[in-house]
Formats: sequence, C-alpha cells, structure tokens
Amino acid sequence: MSIEIKNLTKVYGTQKAIDSISFSISAGEIVGFLGPNGAGKSTTMKILSGYIPQTSGNASILGMDVAKEPLKIKERVGYLPELNPLYNEMYIKEYLQFNADIYKIKNAKEAIEHVIEITGLTLERKKKIGQLSKGYKQRVGLAQALLNNPDVLILDEPTSGLDPNQMTEIRKLIVELGKNKTILLSTHIMQEVEAMCSRVIIINKGKIVADDQVGNIKNRLKNTAKTTRVRFRDTIEVNKLKEQSGVEAVVAIESNVYEVTASNGTDLAELLFKFAIASNTIITEQIELSESLENVFHQLTKNV
Amino acid sequence: MYSIFKKEIRSFLSSLIAYVVIIVFLLLNGLFTWVFADGNVLTLGYANLDVLFYMAPWIFIFLISAITMRAISEEIKQGTYEILGTKPLTDLNIILGKYFAAVVLVFFAIVPTFIYFYSIYQLGLPKGNIDVGATWGSYIGLILLGACYAAIGLFASAITPNQIVAFIFSMVLCFFFYVGFQQLSNLNLFGSKDSIVQALGIQYHYDSISRGVVDTRDLVYFGSLITFFLGLTYLTLDSRKW
Repeated sequence: MSIEIKNLTKVYGTQKAIDSISFSISAGEIVGFLGPNGAGKSTTMKILSGYIPQTSGNASILGMDVAKEPLKIKERVGYLPELNPLYNEMYIKEYLQFNADIYKIKNAKEAIEHVIEITGLTLERKKKIGQLSKGYKQRVGLAQALLNNPDVLILDEPTSGLDPNQMTEIRKLIVELGKNKTILLSTHIMQEVEAMCSRVIIINKGKIVADDQVGNIKNRLKNTAKTTRVRFRDTIEVNKLKEQSGVEAVVAIESNVYEVTASNGTDLAELLFKFAIASNTIITEQIELSESLENVFHQLTKNV
Repeated sequence: MYSIFKKEIRSFLSSLIAYVVIIVFLLLNGLFTWVFADGNVLTLGYANLDVLFYMAPWIFIFLISAITMRAISEEIKQGTYEILGTKPLTDLNIILGKYFAAVVLVFFAIVPTFIYFYSIYQLGLPKGNIDVGATWGSYIGLILLGACYAAIGLFASAITPNQIVAFIFSMVLCFFFYVGFQQLSNLNLFGSKDSIVQALGIQYHYDSISRGVVDTRDLVYFGSLITFFLGLTYLTLDSRKW
C-alpha cells in the first residue's frame, strides 16, 4: 500500500477536523479527494505530508509510519500545499537549487533540468518566480514537489485559481505523472476528478461519505432516483405532470423549465416525451442531472 | 541546515539587507569613533577603541533586529514554512540555518572595524601602545553580544507573522537584556540579590569580557542566553503540532 490511513482523527481545540477516517491507496493509483471547503481535506493531507501530527489513529506511507519516521517519508513524498506558497524574490533555478540542496541531490543540475522540462517551464526558466503567471507558479510548485522523484505525490488543490486552459494543462501533467507515481489530489471540482482520477474519496464534515471507483459512484445514482431538467416550448400544467406515475417531484425553475425527479426504475425520457405529446407541446431541451458526479456530490454531502 | 543557511545568505545578498546593514554599521561607528566632536578617538587622545565598543551594542539593537525580523515571520506569512516543514528538515535545522546566517552577517559587519584597530595601533605613541588583549576581548564580547541579539531577534520573528511587530519586539527585548537588568539592579530593589539581577543582563558580561579576560562564566552566560532564545523559538514553531 502506498498510503494507508486507519481511524485518523484530528482535533483542533474542540472541533474535530477529521473524525476517524480510514482508507488505503495502492501503488499507481490517482485518487481524487473530494469535499466541500472545510471538510478536512487539507488537514488529512497536512498529516500525510508530516506537517502536523494527528490526534489519534495511524497514517503510513510506503509502509512507514508518518509520526515515527517523518524524515524518511519526506524524502520520498512530494507535497504541494494549498495556496502554493513560493519565494517570489527567487529565480526559478535558484529556488529549485535550494530544494535540491535540501534533498542533497547528487546530480542537482540534471534533476533541475529534468523537472523544468517535464513541468513545461523551459521557456520561463530564467525568470524570477514573482514575475510568473499563476499557472506557471503552479508549475514551479509542482516542480519543487517532483524534484526528489517521489513515489507518492500529495497535491492540495493543484488547479485552484487557474484559468480553464491552465487547468487543462496542469491536469494533463498530473495524469502523465500518474503513470508511475501514486497521487492523492484534493479538489472541490467534480470534472477534475472525472478527468484525472480512477478513484474518488468523498469527505464531508470530517467523515468519509463515499470511496469508490469514479464509474461506480456515477452508477450509484442510476439505480436510485433520477432528476432531469426539461424545457418545454410552452408552459405546461405542472399538476398533470406530477400526477404521472413514476414522477416523484417537479420543481419549476422557470415558467417552462422544470426539474423532474422520477422514482426508481422509471424511464423518465419516455415519460416526458409522451407527456409532451399529450400536452400538445415539444421538448426543446433535456439534461439528465443525475449523471454528473456533481449531483452525487450534492447528494452525499448535503445534511450528512 | 546548510541548505537553509545558504538560502538565507543568498537572500541577504540579493535583497541588499547585507550591504545596508554593513554600511550603516560602519558609517555610524566610523562617525562616532573618528568624526563627531564629542569624544572621538583623536580629540580624546587615548589609544583605545572604547567609543566603538560603547556604541556598537546600541547600533546592533536596531540593526540585528532588522536582520532577523523577516527570518521566520515572512515564511509563516507567505506559507512557505509549510513547504519547509514537509521537506526532510527538522524545525531545529531550519532555526539553526537561519540563526547562523544572521550571526555570520553580524560577524562580517564587525570585521572591517579591524582597520580602526590597526589605525590606532599605528597612531599610538609609541607605536603599538594599545591594550591588545582588552581590544580582542572586546571584539569577542561584541560578537557574542551580536549572537545573543540574533537569537532574540529570531524568537521575536517566530512569534508573529508581522515583520514590524517582530522588529519592535526584538528591539525591546534586546534593550531590556542589554541594559534592563543593569538598570534594575541600580534601583537597589532587591537588596543583596542586586548582584544576581545585574549578572542576568548582557552588559555585565560584555563589560567583563571587554577587560580582556575571557571568563568561562561569561561564555556560559552567553551560551545559555542564546540556547534559551533559540529554544523558545523552537517551542514557538513546534506549537503548531500541539
């Protein structure tokens, strides 16, 4: 197991940031750590990276206990903190050289060239960190996390604050890195998990509410109630729609847009189509909300 | 530790802090020692460097506070401390790296004043008529005093993410440890314990070393004070783990 957590609890004052969570990640997995702000993602990652100790429970990386052998683990783990703190007055190479000194890397020059290349910093290599755009700063953050060629990467919101193009590029980079590393990354953006991860762990208020393959989580709601957003050409009689067998709830969004929730096993598409014909109107738009991971996330993290 | 030391030295040099500190230190001491009318070496006519060793501790109070004020507070404010804390470094490595960088800078501010020493050695009548032992003693005392101030400054920098607060707090602490205990004992508040209170201050031991006798008691005092403040710095940084 690359990462193993058992009954991990962290208490700040009287508040439980994480409450007895357990999971394990095997080598080579890219796992998305998903949850709303304040759910305990960063706390878990800070404990794994050895920055703060847990209150109780165990965390181990590559078979070594985080609390007992922090320095050994830190040699083999790369960590990108949440807000990607950097020394703005340093040059990129200077900063990477500083990190290489910390890791006592023998072929520092080669190692630095290598991370500059894989993170796509080649064109910016002569610049000061403070002069870089946010996307490039993020790459510098990744470069420092990769310099010691770690087996495990812990990335806390690696794409937050980036524009869509930069996001895509960083995601690509992470997927590329994931080919020979174990990666745990946190985010609160669902598409990101779908784009990068094979598995997702959803955490809310310090507790794990789901831990499964991305596909399985999406399937989970297929077998339960489904919600579809539907736009008719004309205003329809809402009560009639509610009376249809299989329809559980109808929420009016606009005068002709509704979110229709159907009970288990109902083919909502067919039902709506027939209803539209019967009401002498047509459907101009239809989106199945329950298919997206977003919806699963809402379902799992609301009022737990 | 060496990696942090190297980074700090580089940052002193690239941010001009090093040059400013050395130039200001030499400028002020040069003026007091050679130029200002009341009490410069030439008008007093004594072959010694008493003016330098009297002024330097006062100048150091604000110069060393300025050197150390950002050392840790800036790392915490910018969040870079979290990166350092997740690298294969202990808190002690980080503190000592920063501490020795500050001490080395202080040392290099003092070194050019050896020229004053040489000048007075040459100007003495007869030539060489200067108490060499006392002067070297004073230099050792001054370096140890600077080392104490650096430890105090580092502690002040660790307790707040605000550089200005760290700067002022460091100056207050340095001032108090330099003359505070001395003045307290002068008030005769503690009767027979006054001599103990006096011995808690830096000035007592600085004066003692300045006489040219490097007494182990003074060395132990300086060593303890430095260890005490570096220990407090360590506890402050370690408190995130409580």
